[in-house]
Amino acid sequence: MAPFLVEAAIKSLILVLLLLTGFAYLTLAERKLIADFQARIGPNRAGPYGLLQPLADAVKLFFKEDFIPEYADRVLFVLAPLITLIPTLLIFAVIPFGPELTLFGYRTRLQLTDVHVGVLYIVAVTSISVYGITLAGWASNNKYALLGGIRASAQMISYELAMGLAIVSVVLTTGTLQVSGIVEAQRNGWLIFLQPVAAVIFFITGLAEIKRAPFDLVEAEQELTAGYLTEYSSMKFALFFMSEYVKMIGFGALMTTFFLGGYLGPFVDLYPGLGVVYFTLKVGFLIFVLIWLRATLPRIRYDQLMSLGWKVLLPLSLANVMGTAVVVALTA
Amino acid sequence: MVTLTHYLALSALLFGIGAVGFLIRRNALIIFMCVELMLNAAGLAFVAASRYRGLLEGQLTVFFVLTVAAAEVAVGLALMVAIFRTKRTTNVDELSGLRG
Amino acid sequence: MGELIAFYLLAGIAVATALAMVITRNAVHSALFLVLNLVVVAVFYLLLGAPFVAMVQIAVYAGAVMVLFLFVIMMLGAERVGGTTGLRWQVPLAGALGAALIGGTLFAFLRAPAGLAPVGSPPVPFGDPAAIGERLLTTYVLPFEITSVLLLIAMIGAVVLARDSGPEGK
Repeated sequence: MAPFLVEAAIKSLILVLLLLTGFAYLTLAERKLIADFQARIGPNRAGPYGLLQPLADAVKLFFKEDFIPEYADRVLFVLAPLITLIPTLLIFAVIPFGPELTLFGYRTRLQLTDVHVGVLYIVAVTSISVYGITLAGWASNNKYALLGGIRASAQMISYELAMGLAIVSVVLTTGTLQVSGIVEAQRNGWLIFLQPVAAVIFFITGLAEIKRAPFDLVEAEQELTAGYLTEYSSMKFALFFMSEYVKMIGFGALMTTFFLGGYLGPFVDLYPGLGVVYFTLKVGFLIFVLIWLRATLPRIRYDQLMSLGWKVLLPLSLANVMGTAVVVALTA
Repeated sequence: MVTLTHYLALSALLFGIGAVGFLIRRNALIIFMCVELMLNAAGLAFVAASRYRGLLEGQLTVFFVLTVAAAEVAVGLALMVAIFRTKRTTNVDELSGLRG
Repeated sequence: MGELIAFYLLAGIAVATALAMVITRNAVHSALFLVLNLVVVAVFYLLLGAPFVAMVQIAVYAGAVMVLFLFVIMMLGAERVGGTTGLRWQVPLAGALGAALIGGTLFAFLRAPAGLAPVGSPPVPFGDPAAIGERLLTTYVLPFEITSVLLLIAMIGAVVLARDSGPEGK
């Protein structure tokens, strides 16, 4: 019991620290890349190449006034950022970052825990991640924030189904609910080649779930000022900001695990440490694509969002599940 | 040692709270939630019994109850929206007219 | 011993959230307490060796059904409709009946000696998805199919009921 707890504690600590630094530098990377896409220079004042910019931002946010609107629901207003952040961190508990390896004479898996219902766990946790934003919108007692919150819940309910079905086709193909099993099943070929439709659906619905452009209607500046974020400032805003970027990393990690072979790559069996490198590279590439999309695509309209989710993605993913099931049944 | 009785007692307690809530609350949405609480309490009893008897059927029952509850909520909330549209309230005491 | 402490801790949270849900005035708070309660019960499911049901409980109940509840409450603005007022004698009567219900069931459970017997630890792959799936598609395939028809009916019913203006209510 005790060694297991110690191991889990150490792993979670490393994970959280990595995510925190990853978040900080992701903000910088996004600003730099967007600046490049728009032929600007981007942040370059704080430190060489603006490398200290995240620190400067953090200090700035820390000293801002922490404001709570008078008619807000104070408890929920304070809790909402935390409720948003925690599920996004929970996702990482089942993601394998590398194969089993021996570290300091101790054989371990680079994964916090390898539960045998890992995929269901992921579905469950993503499905509760909507609460934070919805509650932030409601607790602010501000019409723009409320509209943002309601949009968030409608958007996430609509896209969750297609996303779940895309994951179902992955499970059908690999025949396991264990996340490490899904990665290992991709030794003979990444699932993106076996399940291209599911991969595309997962990518689009994932974008909608983490509310990145072009699905960022929840905080659409032009219509809703800042949506659910309108009343937030200082550290609470920082928490929302952080969970948004951690969600980006989480989305990249899930997409990598399900469709891009996770930590697999050449020579990974000889040098298990390489697995982490491959994993990071793949996630980094996906995050780059996310930023690229943000710089490229305009935000879609609300009715377009709904009809895309219900009339295109949902039937398509259902058909994909049916097709996969037939093929699996015939080849088994 | 946690026995089956522990779980059954907890389940009875939760069910009772849900039943009382069902009787005293006037907001139809909250009444609805009390029904969910009672279903949930029954589910706990089923899973506990399933564990202590070594039978899988209890878990299957809960699975079915979950599905039925989801269907029930979808229809119930649609009804609630339709009622709210004409009556502007979800207080069950004010919903006593026979004409819509 | 640790198991017992965990049980009482979780049971305390479950009862407290259930009570809070019934008592609190605000429908949004009620919904959130119910979510907490559902999550605690899911933890109980995990302790009882039913990981599949636990995860389905969180994904379907806490993740979909309750989000729908919140969505409707916020959309209608029905947070503060109707307190516990109504008929004056109703609250004490409901309390008494509830106490009688709880007392009666507790009495029955505590008296029955069979209920006390803890059966030994179950076989290892007890509540795992494969076993449940197999049982669902063999022995219980008829109820399974009926459930799917029920879901279809519910979906059509919800669409018909909530029609007339826009894509509300699911």
